[in-house]
Amino acid sequence: MHDTSVHAAQHHAPTTFIRKHVFSLDHKVIGKQYYVLALVAAFVGMFLSWLMRLHLAWTNLAIPGLQLLSSSGAPGGVITPEYYLQLMTMHGTIMVFFVLTTAPFAAFGNYFLPIQVGAEDMPFPHFNMMSFWVTFTGFLFLMASFFVGDGPTLGGWTQYAPLNAVGSVGGPGQGSGVVLWAISIALFCVGQLLGALNFITTTLDLRVKGMSLMRLPLSAWGWFITSCVGLTAFAVLMPACILVILDHVAGTSFFVPSGLVMNDQVLPHSGGSTLLWQHLFWFFGHPEVYIAIIPGMGIVSHILITNMRKPMLSQRVLIYSFGALAILSYMVYGHHMFVSGMNPYSSLAFSFPTLVITIPSTIIVLIWTFSLYGSKLRINSASLFSLGFISMFVSGGVSGFFLAQPSIDIMLHATYFVVGHFHMVMGVAAMFGIFAGTYFWFPKMAGRMMDETLGKVHFWLSFVGTYCIFMPFHYLGMAGNVRRYSTFVDDFLQPLIPVHRFITVAALITGAAQLVFLYNLIHSRFAGAPAPDNPWEATSLEWSTATPPPFDNFGGKHPVVYHDPFQYGVKSSVGDYVMQTSPEQVATEHDEK
Amino acid sequence: MATTVHEPPQIDPSRLPDRKHSGNGWKNIVPENGSSRVALDYSPPPTSTAIWVVLFAVTMMFAAFSSALIVRKGSSMDWQSFTLPSILYFNTFLLLVSSVTLEVARRRVATFMGGLRVGEEHPARWLYITLGLGSLFVAGQYVAWRQLNAQGLYLATNPSSSFFYLLTAVHAVHVLGGLSGLVYVISKLNKGTLKRNTLVAAARYWHFMGVLWVYLIVLLWIKL
Repeated sequence: MHDTSVHAAQHHAPTTFIRKHVFSLDHKVIGKQYYVLALVAAFVGMFLSWLMRLHLAWTNLAIPGLQLLSSSGAPGGVITPEYYLQLMTMHGTIMVFFVLTTAPFAAFGNYFLPIQVGAEDMPFPHFNMMSFWVTFTGFLFLMASFFVGDGPTLGGWTQYAPLNAVGSVGGPGQGSGVVLWAISIALFCVGQLLGALNFITTTLDLRVKGMSLMRLPLSAWGWFITSCVGLTAFAVLMPACILVILDHVAGTSFFVPSGLVMNDQVLPHSGGSTLLWQHLFWFFGHPEVYIAIIPGMGIVSHILITNMRKPMLSQRVLIYSFGALAILSYMVYGHHMFVSGMNPYSSLAFSFPTLVITIPSTIIVLIWTFSLYGSKLRINSASLFSLGFISMFVSGGVSGFFLAQPSIDIMLHATYFVVGHFHMVMGVAAMFGIFAGTYFWFPKMAGRMMDETLGKVHFWLSFVGTYCIFMPFHYLGMAGNVRRYSTFVDDFLQPLIPVHRFITVAALITGAAQLVFLYNLIHSRFAGAPAPDNPWEATSLEWSTATPPPFDNFGGKHPVVYHDPFQYGVKSSVGDYVMQTSPEQVATEHDEK
Repeated sequence: MATTVHEPPQIDPSRLPDRKHSGNGWKNIVPENGSSRVALDYSPPPTSTAIWVVLFAVTMMFAAFSSALIVRKGSSMDWQSFTLPSILYFNTFLLLVSSVTLEVARRRVATFMGGLRVGEEHPARWLYITLGLGSLFVAGQYVAWRQLNAQGLYLATNPSSSFFYLLTAVHAVHVLGGLSGLVYVISKLNKGTLKRNTLVAAARYWHFMGVLWVYLIVLLWIKL
């Protein structure tokens, strides 16, 4: 290990407001900036989902004021089919990129990874600052598409070719909307690559004395592995976005095939490959699922251990399983393309690793479950959301077994079954990880405690609500309810409208429950009870420093690590735990036997 | 120059935990003799690690472009081959020579900074030569684009020309990044604040640009 004073960031505490709170080099401020960005994005995305749900349940409902957002997309407040698709695209893009990637990885990782390894900051703070501002600029580009031309793109968050490259002839938002989308995502990729650079070097090079890789807390492992996955995935998505932009602004033909007729027009492009986009996109897209979920797995593991007051059955196996997920995530991307007309042997080749990837997933869940067995879990908002994470991951993951089979996936691919699957296993599970992390680390970040009662109300409303929303999606899918349709007018879909209305009401209530969280967050920030340095009696390094941490994290000291990250169930001078930085010799349960 | 502290932590054995029944990640792992294996590990400074991370990302990016080229050519019937401008081969020569001059510079800087030879010429000269060769390479690429333009081959003329302009332009942008790195190294050297790792990282990046270009020109030569 290093003397981190040599290699840690060499910058001093800022004195001006701009350098302290806006263009800050401090990883903690940048982490908070990412969190606020994700929070804003989450509420925008949720609002869009409300609009979509209202339209699906009551097609001709006039939503007051919506025409102000788009007079052509929602004349008189009634959403047009095209505008429904535009809202859907923006909802997916905002949620996947600017919430599920940003909050659990970039926000919490930025704030806590350097502290957990014992560093003063990231090694490249200027890149770190640039990472946030580039990401933020990407978000602005995406939001700008609401107000430019004929609105945002309607091509879905996957932006399939050739629709993503044909221009405005493809429909509203397919001109400037797609270009803004592609610029936004390309900028997002740059931001995440810069972030990955800092995360990897922080983990490998800035650990303090005694902090071996296996002594890193599981949350740190989650962020480290995710940064490795992101480094590979975003480096591929960015070129794909560049190709889309060139097809739009330079007249190239990467994705538009010859002789394509759209809206009675023969398009001037020639010879492009529509499947090329799918390959490039899903090479990023499936690892992105794990970019969203692995940080949550690390966070949830960390929180559960702290509240179980004992380590997981095997930290090492958990880490190896995280790594296996990361590696396998690149070998399964083709299962998103079973309906693309690919060779059946290729389908099998992608189906097999898709089934194999359930093995590390199952191992992780089993370790969680059997570690919980017999533990005296402390019930608080963080541990509840951690349990909720496991529940969502399992419930959503089970349907993945079915979708891994090409023959079944072909039937279900374009239905709500898939929508229910990925919302639970990737979306809501990751959201629960974000909430768990927030309730757990808020005291350290803000210096104040969050309201536990409100937190538990938030959990139960969210937990029950999300099951009410997404479990019926599976039923809808099996009933043949196609996805991406804005209205259900066909005979066989009419009987399903009451289910959609139930889902919409559940979505409205569950969304409103998030306002409880927002109130709790803001109120606690300014009026919460003062937080002690270690309110959860936790062991990792962030709890050994002041609350909130000083600018250099440890007040000029360089901690030395003596213990594994989760020494609980021991008898020490402070209780049933011993902190990583404590030189105290502890007697373990095993010793007592 | 900053120095790196490599000595293992001195942990008081009396403060170490009992190891008699430890293991399986559940107990303390500090070894009995106090010289933690991990603490003895050598971790390179962040700049050295970072440059490999950067090179990996660049590799993935060009792998994506390459696979796009291969798929695009394989799935279409509108591909028109053309002969690469001959100046590209001269540019290749320039870039490879610049790697040699940078290596010379790196060794001379090490000698100079170490004070091993009194009266040694200031090593920035070789860095300037590298900088000049790199600039000539970029200028040569521009000439190649102009030559193609003169033949009526533009970015959108054909997918083959699209990929040519795309790959060479993205590579040139990365070379410009390398040139910026060399300017940074020269300024640090002239101020006497250059760190060895900075020079090593810049050199690795520059050599990689050369290797990457050789790969690209072979790919373009085969596929266009």
